[in-house]
Amino acid sequence: MRLEVNGEARELETGKTVADLLGDLGVNTNHVAVELNRELLPRAQHTSHALSEGDRLEVVTLVGGG
Amino acid sequence: MSTATLPPPTTTGTLRIGSHELKSRLIIGTGKYATHEQMGEALERSGADCITVAIRRERLIDAEGRNLLDAIDTSRYTLLPNTAGCFSADDAVRVARLGREILTGLENPGASWVKLEVLADTRTLLPDPIETVKATEQLVADGFEVLCYSSDDPIVARRLKNAGAASVMPAGSPIGSGQGILNPNNIRICLEYLKEGDPDYPVIVDAGVGAASDVAAAMELGVDGVLLNTAIAHATDPLAMADAMRHALIAGRLSYLSGRIPKRLYATASSPTEGVIALGR
Repeated sequence: MRLEVNGEARELETGKTVADLLGDLGVNTNHVAVELNRELLPRAQHTSHALSEGDRLEVVTLVGGG
Repeated sequence: MSTATLPPPTTTGTLRIGSHELKSRLIIGTGKYATHEQMGEALERSGADCITVAIRRERLIDAEGRNLLDAIDTSRYTLLPNTAGCFSADDAVRVARLGREILTGLENPGASWVKLEVLADTRTLLPDPIETVKATEQLVADGFEVLCYSSDDPIVARRLKNAGAASVMPAGSPIGSGQGILNPNNIRICLEYLKEGDPDYPVIVDAGVGAASDVAAAMELGVDGVLLNTAIAHATDPLAMADAMRHALIAGRLSYLSGRIPKRLYATASSPTEGVIALGR
């Protein structure tokens, strides 16, 4: 299925979860938060929430700022 | 390290904002430093125990990029996540929730609050007062303690407090401009309005500081704290400037508490006018 992750197109096997995607991306899951289709997806749901065709995700972390 | 010259932290009292009690009245931003090491050292020298951070997309390509969280001891600092880069209330609320999610995972006390920044314009980076009030209402309803970046307009400041802001943070001058406190009279009126019948309500000057004298000047007006970033990060010697800011904050706070003399148009002699020897021939 086709997803959009941080503004870029990405392919993922059907049925995969948010946790699977974060694993593929190789991010430190403790350092990120995920928004799915403009709604926050709490960490506790990452392993249970299966992604769907066309889902748009934002994977964010902390950076320096004022 | 020059920490030997540090007065005890109780000298200037603690800064209470909502449920948080900070040991230092200086809040320092983590942006724009040349390296993470320089940032860490500057934060240390500033004496701050609260630092601001921004929320941005994880760089999924650049695997070598070090994460800010690898460079900061999150057990030592209370993080204050901002909504910088947002131009609408709705986007600011989304970013605030993302920040809370990350800080909750880190078990950092900063998970309960947010520095709300809803900008109107990329050239001035001035806040949009209407969207800021809207976002404040939404975030307060969602359980956040909201620290509102605002212009120095006393009326907007009062609106933000009435909307439930835990602190109003008027700008001394535009973000990163280094122009200092352009309108001290407006900051004075903000203080009057916000502290009327509520003297402990925290008011923080956020943005515009260029040099240590600006911090002292802000504190002498009676604000409770100062938030700054660029003035340290882009100083020629950021570490020495962090020292200067720490001292300026203490000097300004003590000066305010000590009660300055009134300004007069004419001179008053410091030496006795009596007992002067016979003058002239």
